[in-house]
Amino acid sequence: MKNKLKKIFSSRNLGDLIFEKLTLLFAVSVFLLVLLMGYEMYLGSKLSIDKFGWSFLVNSTWDPVQEIYGALPIIYGTIVSSLLALIIALPLSIGVAIYLAEVAPPWLEKPLSFLVELLAGIPSVIYGLWGIFVLVPWIRTDVEPYLSDKLGFLPFFRGAPYGFGLLAAVLILSIMVLPIISSISRDVLKSVPRSQREAALALGATRWQSTMIVLRDARSGILGATMLGLGRAIGETMAVTMVIGNRALISPSLFDPSYTMASVIANEFTEATSEMYLSALIQLALVLFVITIIINAFARLLVWRMNRRWKTT
Amino acid sequence: MEIKLSIKNLDAYYGKNQVLKNISLDIPKNKVVAIIGPSGCGKSTFLRSLNRMHEVVGGTIKGEILLDGEDLTKTDPVLLRKRVGMVFQKPNPFPSMSIFNNVAAGLKLNGVRNKKQITPIVEKCLRQAALWEEVKNNLNDSGANISGGQQQRLCIARTLAVNPEVILMDEPASALDPISTTKIEDLIFELKKDYTIVIVTHNMQQAARVSDYTAFFYMGELIEFSDTKKMFTSPDKQQTEDYIRGRFG
Repeated sequence: MKNKLKKIFSSRNLGDLIFEKLTLLFAVSVFLLVLLMGYEMYLGSKLSIDKFGWSFLVNSTWDPVQEIYGALPIIYGTIVSSLLALIIALPLSIGVAIYLAEVAPPWLEKPLSFLVELLAGIPSVIYGLWGIFVLVPWIRTDVEPYLSDKLGFLPFFRGAPYGFGLLAAVLILSIMVLPIISSISRDVLKSVPRSQREAALALGATRWQSTMIVLRDARSGILGATMLGLGRAIGETMAVTMVIGNRALISPSLFDPSYTMASVIANEFTEATSEMYLSALIQLALVLFVITIIINAFARLLVWRMNRRWKTT
Repeated sequence: MEIKLSIKNLDAYYGKNQVLKNISLDIPKNKVVAIIGPSGCGKSTFLRSLNRMHEVVGGTIKGEILLDGEDLTKTDPVLLRKRVGMVFQKPNPFPSMSIFNNVAAGLKLNGVRNKKQITPIVEKCLRQAALWEEVKNNLNDSGANISGGQQQRLCIARTLAVNPEVILMDEPASALDPISTTKIEDLIFELKKDYTIVIVTHNMQQAARVSDYTAFFYMGELIEFSDTKKMFTSPDKQQTEDYIRGRFG
């Protein structure tokens, strides 16, 4: 025993040993927590999974009174609102990132980057409140009448201009993901070494052409940033539920209300009095959990690979 | 002897800090001019002034740089860089492009889009850069998946594709192993038949081997410029002699 202790002391510092094991424990516990959450959700949704199985994902009736739960309109609302938000936010974000990383003079780049990151830190309920009092009235009185007037022949822009609905959610989500995508894209662009820009310029490239070459190098990282933005949009709860109208409905029109997984859970868990209702909500949470984990893991992988490539060369 | 590049009273600055002081130098056509000097003497800045890359990082220049009599300080830098190519210290191929496309990149930047036109030029440039035999079977591999020496020759091929008149080389072999270095040096010897070359080097033996003329820079000033043989056997200035004999720097 004494020998053994002595060995520990002599072979390495005891403090370092404890430090190493303790930090390892913390690191592992994060991973275990995720697994545990997944497992708990599976247990909680067992009732609903057994009854509805895969039809939960493709059935479009969400009726707590009849105890029939099909999440298709909710999944549809989640995915459509997030993807449309990305389509709006992505070009803007790449523009912001290119300006910050390639064009802006240093004295302007620092404060602007700071502001962009600040935008990401605003609590989502504030975005929601702004949505209700500013964005939604504006959409109701100006945007929707204009769109239905000019583009009303398309099915996407028909219906009564409520203001609350998919369009409002899409706009607010695009504002919310913009700072994430632009700040990560900026970092990715900045991780492309200066020698790449110099190589292009020395060949007689214009600044625009050299930026295109840098973008090409950075594309996987920018894709990663976009996926992180998508993850954020899919999981966003408060701001969306405040403006989206909250009705499980599949409609081509952007003016109609919709619903997302996160907002269903937030809105309905207090009303979930029956066991089946609660179980269905937990199953919805499980679906959301799996989707966001896959998207985030994929996104991180892309950003990480991008940053690593330049370090090894 | 025909003068290709004539530099007159060139000053270069980083902010308020003057890094080149009144440099005047004539670079003859189809010759290799080596620039030597201790670290921080301004030799890289001098080179980067010639294709105005110095301005990209926020530097400024004063004076005249005449290419066949045309003042480069007054032309569009984008056009000038097509006439004055550059090879960098660290090989910098575009990793997201294939070997073929790395060479073709220069052509595409110049508006050549026709694949029928591009293919023979790419082959010619890779042959000129003595790389063709090594890569002809994997032209579609990434430009970053070949050895450092091959990457540097790829960068030379890419520079040649733009069809420049002058090639600037900033310590092109300092990141390479001895065998690759020899290949680059042989290549420089071949290239001077068609191009005028200015090479910055830390390696005095290299300067002696590859160049026809040598310029010795110290503290931002041109101390001596003469025939390489003369420079390395009987330099005019004591400072040059001291540096070449390894007494400082």
